[in-house]
Amino acid sequence: MAFFEVEDVTKRFGGLTALDSISMSVAEGEIRGVIGPNGAGKTTFFNVVSGLYKPTSGSIRFKDREIAGMRPSKIAALGLVRTFQRVALFEKFTVLENVNIARHLQAKETLTGAIFGTAAKRERDALQRAKEIIKFLRLDEVAEELTRNLAHGHQRVLNVAMALATEPKLLMLDEPVAGMNSTETLIMTDLIRKIRDEWGITILLVEHDMRTVMGLCETITVLDFGMKLAEGGPDEIRNNQDVIDAYLGADEFDAAS
Amino acid sequence: MPVPRVNPEIASALALLAVLCIAPFIVSEYRVGVLIIFFINVILVSSYRVVTTTGDWTLSHVIFLGVGAYATAIMAKNFGWPFWLTLPISGVATAAVAMMVAFPLLRTKGFGFFIGSFAIGEFIRHVWIKFHDPFGGPRGMISIPTVEIGEIDFYDSINFYFLTMIIMVVALGVIYRLDKSRIGNAWKTIYLDEDLAESIGIHVFHYRATAFAVAAFFAGIAGAMFAHLNGAIDPHNFEVDTMVYLVIWIVVGGNATFWGPIAGVSVMSFIFELSRPLAEWRPLLFGVILIIFLTVLPGGLEMIYEKVRSRFFGSRAGAG
Repeated sequence: MAFFEVEDVTKRFGGLTALDSISMSVAEGEIRGVIGPNGAGKTTFFNVVSGLYKPTSGSIRFKDREIAGMRPSKIAALGLVRTFQRVALFEKFTVLENVNIARHLQAKETLTGAIFGTAAKRERDALQRAKEIIKFLRLDEVAEELTRNLAHGHQRVLNVAMALATEPKLLMLDEPVAGMNSTETLIMTDLIRKIRDEWGITILLVEHDMRTVMGLCETITVLDFGMKLAEGGPDEIRNNQDVIDAYLGADEFDAAS
Repeated sequence: MPVPRVNPEIASALALLAVLCIAPFIVSEYRVGVLIIFFINVILVSSYRVVTTTGDWTLSHVIFLGVGAYATAIMAKNFGWPFWLTLPISGVATAAVAMMVAFPLLRTKGFGFFIGSFAIGEFIRHVWIKFHDPFGGPRGMISIPTVEIGEIDFYDSINFYFLTMIIMVVALGVIYRLDKSRIGNAWKTIYLDEDLAESIGIHVFHYRATAFAVAAFFAGIAGAMFAHLNGAIDPHNFEVDTMVYLVIWIVVGGNATFWGPIAGVSVMSFIFELSRPLAEWRPLLFGVILIIFLTVLPGGLEMIYEKVRSRFFGSRAGAG
């Protein structure tokens, strides 16, 4: 009875095998990293797990339910929510509005409720919780700002805030510190740890930045050419010859070790 | 910032409504007729905006006007059912037809959706043309009974004016509430970022279908009033030409806010009436206006309003 289990997942695009029978399992409360050189299949892996792509074969189980091939909104409703590598926000809405919109699953609004305003209490609760999340992620200063006016670091934290607003059990972060400066990176890693430690949310993250992965994750899964290359703790991965070979010449790895 | 006690949007709408209550007693009977058509058009364009908020620019919306009109015509003429029954049923029947076509149609999006909606619309229109019973074939249906509720005869145009106005106000009220609601925001998120919407649990197919059906419901209501107003309908009323007017109204007004399409249809109805002397040149004028708005004034009248407003009062925080 694993919390999250991927078994023999393969994804082919025509002749290209982007994921080649990947298996892994994540325990509840873990911070797991998925790393790999460019084109290793990390983002494809995320897209398959979150329901954006259907796997060609294999099984993905979350809390003992088969989720392979479900649509993303259904998977999100079960408590597995992802963020995107790009900054994905609803422009024209403020920070608070974005987070409140992401309370969709909890607010459960119906057409009649919307027309007659009968769900006013649930809406107040949704807004209240959205404010809590914003405070928790230290976005309160920019809560009323339009998202396009935010600094990059704030935008990425807002992505996480929106994912958190859905009340996930497993939060999947796709390169959460991409494009951040070192201060922003530190703030983000600190927040990720806080989300797990204080709210008990399991975290699965894909990341390019080695320092972040090594410092944050308890277990790391390495992908290369769509296959699982290695799995283990940071020290184990750092000294694994296959991993070093796969990353040969990549500065980021040298810098981290 | 002090919070005004009355929503300024609602306050201006009520003021406008007061004027419309006096209008039929002042203007000519011809103008009363024009205003009734205007009310129907307001329902139609506001319902059209609902479906465009998800990014689905359908070409089948006037077909749903037709579905409502035919439903009303059949129920009122063939079955002799009373108006209070035929009106809601027309709306529901139209929404049901929309739901049926939504299943194949909403598998497409963007350009595919645009063309697909046109094709499905033409299919429905040809059902009316081919089936003489009950739709009357190419010549349509005539002698659709006038509305009677109790002792009130709505053949009298002032009575019909107020009936249509009340229905418009209720329809707009519902659409306004939906627009401001969480569901209304969910529709907008689908247009803004579909993948992100799905990722936070918004079932995109479900919400596109809901918007499509809600829009069709109100188009059906507008169609019911259209059928009673004209007393006769035929498949030509619901051709794509009519759809072009709907598109012009919404391009001129804008679709970002609830008020944009209403502003669009109001201004264009004025221009439509004022340009009667142009006769067959009138479509040319409308074409020029469409091109001007698409090229020089994208976002329409509401964008101009917003620009003027933000210049004097600072930029608006958030969307409504």
